Amino acid sequence: MKLTGAEILCESLTRLGVRHIFGYPGGAILPVYDALGKSKLHHILVRHEQGATHMADGYARASGGIGVAMATSGPGATNMVTGIATAMLDSSPVVCITGQVSSKLLGSDAFQEIDITGITMPITKHNVVVSRAQDVARTVREAFIIANSGRPGPVLIDITKDAQQASCEFDWEVSVPKLPLKRVRNNHDQDEFDRAIQLLNTAKRPLILAGRGIILSGAMRTFAEFVRTCNVPVAMTLLGIGCFPASDPLNLGMMGMHGEAWVNHAIQESDLLIAVGMRFDDRVTGDLRTYAKGARKIHIEIDRAEINKNVKVDAALIGDARETLEKLIPHIENRQHSTWVAHIKELKGDSAVRDIQSLPDSGHLYAAHVINDLWKETRGEAIVVTDVGQHQMWEAQYYHHNQPHTLITSGGLGTMGFALPAAIGATFAKPDCEVWVVVGDGGFQMTMSELATIVQEKTNLKIAIINNGYLGMVRQWQEFFYDKRYVATPLVAPDFAALAIAFGIRGERVTSRAEVIPTIRFARESSETVLIDFRVEQEDSVYPMVPAGASLHEMIRRPNNPLVETASEP
Amino acid sequence: MKEESEQTLVAYVENKPGVLNRVASLARRLAINIDSLTVGPTENSEVARMTIVAHTDDRGGHRLEASLEKLVDVLLAENISERSLLERDLALIKVLADQQSRPHLMELIKVFRARVVDVAPESLIIEVSGTVDKIDGLLEVLRPFGVLEMARSGRIAMTRGGDLLRPPVLTAEAVEPTNAKS
Repeated sequence: MKLTGAEILCESLTRLGVRHIFGYPGGAILPVYDALGKSKLHHILVRHEQGATHMADGYARASGGIGVAMATSGPGATNMVTGIATAMLDSSPVVCITGQVSSKLLGSDAFQEIDITGITMPITKHNVVVSRAQDVARTVREAFIIANSGRPGPVLIDITKDAQQASCEFDWEVSVPKLPLKRVRNNHDQDEFDRAIQLLNTAKRPLILAGRGIILSGAMRTFAEFVRTCNVPVAMTLLGIGCFPASDPLNLGMMGMHGEAWVNHAIQESDLLIAVGMRFDDRVTGDLRTYAKGARKIHIEIDRAEINKNVKVDAALIGDARETLEKLIPHIENRQHSTWVAHIKELKGDSAVRDIQSLPDSGHLYAAHVINDLWKETRGEAIVVTDVGQHQMWEAQYYHHNQPHTLITSGGLGTMGFALPAAIGATFAKPDCEVWVVVGDGGFQMTMSELATIVQEKTNLKIAIINNGYLGMVRQWQEFFYDKRYVATPLVAPDFAALAIAFGIRGERVTSRAEVIPTIRFARESSETVLIDFRVEQEDSVYPMVPAGASLHEMIRRPNNPLVETASEP
Repeated sequence: MKEESEQTLVAYVENKPGVLNRVASLARRLAINIDSLTVGPTENSEVARMTIVAHTDDRGGHRLEASLEKLVDVLLAENISERSLLERDLALIKVLADQQSRPHLMELIKVFRARVVDVAPESLIIEVSGTVDKIDGLLEVLRPFGVLEMARSGRIAMTRGGDLLRPPVLTAEAVEPTNAKS
């Protein structure tokens, strides 16, 4: 059967199980769009190519599958860069397809020609230029394997226009992926394995650090069994949230810069850290010189390059989280750590006093209240997609996730503007799930043009803008470390409710605590997208906070007296 | 911080355009300075062999090795710094040589087991291979005669004896993911 390269691309994607493509057309990708029109693939027209990559990323994170984004050459491709980097830093399997000028024009600075494989080399797991129609099917199949295997990540395929237009014989059976079979590195060294068992069975103050690797490996059940077997409390990274139920008594909550105080203290006081699928990012360790000094460390990690990168470990078990935990479980003695667990409970009690939920009602609307009410109303079962900043940390603290793939957030790159498009992607992955966007007034303004995509696609999601009139997290740093010199952080925004209406979306505004729950209920009952502009306390800060570069136990804590004096009318 | 030293790595890579760029770009991203990088063909025309000498500590050496092997086009990367190995560098050195200095030069060339590969009225080209130290040593003694030009190949390295570094075969991978849930 003779097909064009463009048709082969659509046929290959269909055969690989793809149903949705997030993209934006243009000259160098037009043959593919023509073929798309004849295929069963559902193309979602975005308003900016960055949105396409975030949507594909959100799709991948919500489904556990692979997201696909598409753009034309030149500016279409360069607009994807932020989204690709976001996926790279959070190990999200996204396949990006870009059009390229014809192969005979390559290198001639032709109209809309840019070296996108050169540009994306450090931010993709792999990328490739395809200049012959007969290479399309094999390359796409290889891209899917690469994106989803080992430690997942984005792959970019740049297809020249002549390769899209040329015809060749298409045979799926012949175009098999041809990838080098690399050495299998996860045959753990028996010594390392024995050492890990010995450490696990003798520790007095052990603590598990759970990361996104558990979710990526599909190890949730095995991990829960592991925790049950060794009776060790669990601290979560931001991206690990959901890998182990928040309702479990052994789940302590989030660690790190804005982690719970008791978690950070527990890490510093532990004698054994068992890190599973996490990478000791600087946002979770604080100053490395003082990080968990009394603790031995076991690192279960699929990416060998992460071993001893930031923290020197005593036993490194390289491999898939699920397989490794399965091997460990039979060797673990069921031990109680009652003194240790009781001690952590004490630390927790101290924090509860400072919690914003425990402060007397000052009549002001706090973001934490909004998010906590959202958690209660949705019974913790919604998919929540957050942006980057204060609201993101409050979500991690006050929305308690029990299921994997239900918190979608940009962790590693910290990409503002991520939430709205990523949430749109999530609705296509999980059409039957309730999807909430929790976003700041700053980040929302970066990609709010995607509201039009929502309308065009008749997507149903709920948008909660945590609007404090500032670039809140930066303002908080200015408050703490720059003597309250608020340079470039006060932020003018449009009337978001009116803006939503202009797009054809229901828009609401909430200024008092009493309105929060009724408005959330209204939004949940609506069969259409609803945007709610929550006008919250302007100068609230996220506590606790480990200042950048400080030791993990040196946290700035919420002052015991409420913030009434700094509050201003919304 | 551990002391910086020379880390020697061998990598088998797919013989494709852009692979050298990926390797170099990776070292740049890790802020590791490459002292020497050589690429040459292997018995398999689809595979090339690289010897990379980088100035970094053990941890940098490990990171470079592990990160290199993550590149799809890199079939195998191995840090051989701690192993018993043979290293060779090749140099062509053009040196001033008049009637007076020529016998002197010939003497030195003999001592260093180098060869004269080109003779001109005013100069000689000397070819020398060996360890970096040996070539640096020859260079030192040639300098007073007037070194006009020099080209060095960069290092190649191989582990000694039965310690073999062979590239894995290129083959089709069996497991193909599908978006089953989509």
